[in-house]
Amino acid sequence: MDLTLRVRRFDPDSDNPEPYWQDFSVTVEDNATVLDALIKVREDVDGTLSLRCSCRSSICGSCAMRINGHATLACKAQARDSLGDDNVIVVEPAGVMHVLKDLVVDFDLFWDKIMAVEPYLQPQGPEPEGEYIASNESMLHLSGVTACIMCGACVSDCTVLEVDPTFMGPAALAKAYRFTADPRDGDEEGHSEDRLRMLSEASGMWDCTRCFECVQVCPKGVAPMDRIMSLRDQALAAGMDKNYGARHVQAFSDLVEHSGWLDELRIVPMTMGLGNVPALLNVMPEALRALSHGKLPPLVHPELPGAENIRNLFEKVEQGGKEPEGHH
Amino acid sequence: MKYAFYPGCVSRGGCPELYPAAKLICERLGIELEEMPGASCTGAGVLQEKNRTLGDTLNARTFAMAENLGLPIMTICSTCQGVMSQANYRLKNDPEYLAQVNSYLAEEGLEYKGSADPKHLLWVLIEDYGIDRLTTLITRPLGGVRLAPFYGCYLVRPTEALGMEDNPERSTSLEKLIEILGATVVDYSGKTRCCGFPILTINERNSVAMVAKHTLDVKDLGADAMVTPCPLCHLNLDGFQPKASAQAQRSIGMPILHLPQAIGLAMGISPQELGLRRHIVNTAPLVTKLGVRA
Repeated sequence: MDLTLRVRRFDPDSDNPEPYWQDFSVTVEDNATVLDALIKVREDVDGTLSLRCSCRSSICGSCAMRINGHATLACKAQARDSLGDDNVIVVEPAGVMHVLKDLVVDFDLFWDKIMAVEPYLQPQGPEPEGEYIASNESMLHLSGVTACIMCGACVSDCTVLEVDPTFMGPAALAKAYRFTADPRDGDEEGHSEDRLRMLSEASGMWDCTRCFECVQVCPKGVAPMDRIMSLRDQALAAGMDKNYGARHVQAFSDLVEHSGWLDELRIVPMTMGLGNVPALLNVMPEALRALSHGKLPPLVHPELPGAENIRNLFEKVEQGGKEPEGHH
Repeated sequence: MKYAFYPGCVSRGGCPELYPAAKLICERLGIELEEMPGASCTGAGVLQEKNRTLGDTLNARTFAMAENLGLPIMTICSTCQGVMSQANYRLKNDPEYLAQVNSYLAEEGLEYKGSADPKHLLWVLIEDYGIDRLTTLITRPLGGVRLAPFYGCYLVRPTEALGMEDNPERSTSLEKLIEILGATVVDYSGKTRCCGFPILTINERNSVAMVAKHTLDVKDLGADAMVTPCPLCHLNLDGFQPKASAQAQRSIGMPILHLPQAIGLAMGISPQELGLRRHIVNTAPLVTKLGVRA
């Protein structure tokens, strides 16, 4: 199979250290992966092409990069399935992280975030006489998160990290969940309140936009965003509701329960807090602009016909208990 | 062609120009819409953070209402589409879960039988209505206008729940539609990224930074406007563009069109009828470029 790899290259030691595109035409086996094609380029065409790889089996997590605009493992991407127009495959280094050379990025940002969530068990109760016992069910649930191979694909394509490098990011938050959901972590009941309090702060769980990028690109089905949603669930259950994120969820839920549909006029002050004058003043220019363009939501928000049935469902389902953790 | 119409909250709330524009173009296209007045909010992914089963139950209720009408569901909101697709995916693939959800609906006399397949107007036009039929109604092609697509996360991810594998054309449907309208597609990597709206009240700085990034990216590529099938994206990209401009310290001035507005303009409907005057970002330069009277 003949194909062209369009590679985003960068050499910090060159006379002109600017990123540039370079095309490599190679012939590979029909069942080759994109990594096979890149290695062929490095071995047969240009030995200066830098990339990380090791296992070639989607286990070590070394070869995450952007292929046709989205992060993935180069060893997991079949070349045949990645061909674009004119048999071109576009290959770029992972996003968000600083490029060292060609397809190699600096993982410091990734590891700093993982370390920040203190990724080790921290039991707080008295030590048991024997070993810590955890149920099979809880460990099976956690196996979905421990499948993470630290490849950084989720960090590469995170829409928040793209604009704010202080965000903890999907990998570290999923890692944090691996401990908050572990019955051996935290107090005797297995509640990790200290962690949840730390994760509820700015740049933590509430800063995720729920954009699904990390769920989509994770090569191991870890679904980091789902874990972040579970963290929010745990934080709300632990009563940590004194922040904009938690109040937004509660306000949204209350408004839909009340009338059946969202009252957009009320959700902003309910999220901000009615007495939070600075925050409310901050959104005034947008509110006034909307008003002057006839865009303000209706002042009187009528409830839907049959809204009592919706209120009834809220009561019944919330009493009926939630789905098991991580059910999706 | 007839659909059970699910307009979503925002097209009647923060983007009141969207609902009439959608109704207007559907009328001209000969797409009949029957509303479901009792259908609730989808939960928008927010309610699901608190209780996913509750969110899925509300959506199953809407699906059951459409089944009773014997009509397929059409929406005009990427977020509603995504949340409904995700709920439907879970309900269809787990009979026990569906039975549990139906037990909640029973008191109202409703049962979701699992036949719904909600579709965004964008998908309806490409998949059901047909490109050829749509093309014949484009009486004022948007030639010479450069339009940048902006999908909204929930219309593109997660691909499994959205049926992208069975319908691969969905992933390029917005570009396809822009071409049908006669405009030039401005391609850029931000088209499937997040507009920032979900964190607007939580981390405004980040939310607005996303607005600045996307609008400036397409401005630098020479776009005349962006087109979005998502009213939530519109709220942020249009309504918070002045703030984004101040934060990025660059002038932007990028008009954001709702999908039905872009279609309507190419069908010869006046900008006023389509509600362009209600936009925060001035659409006059775009209208002038189109050579039509405002």
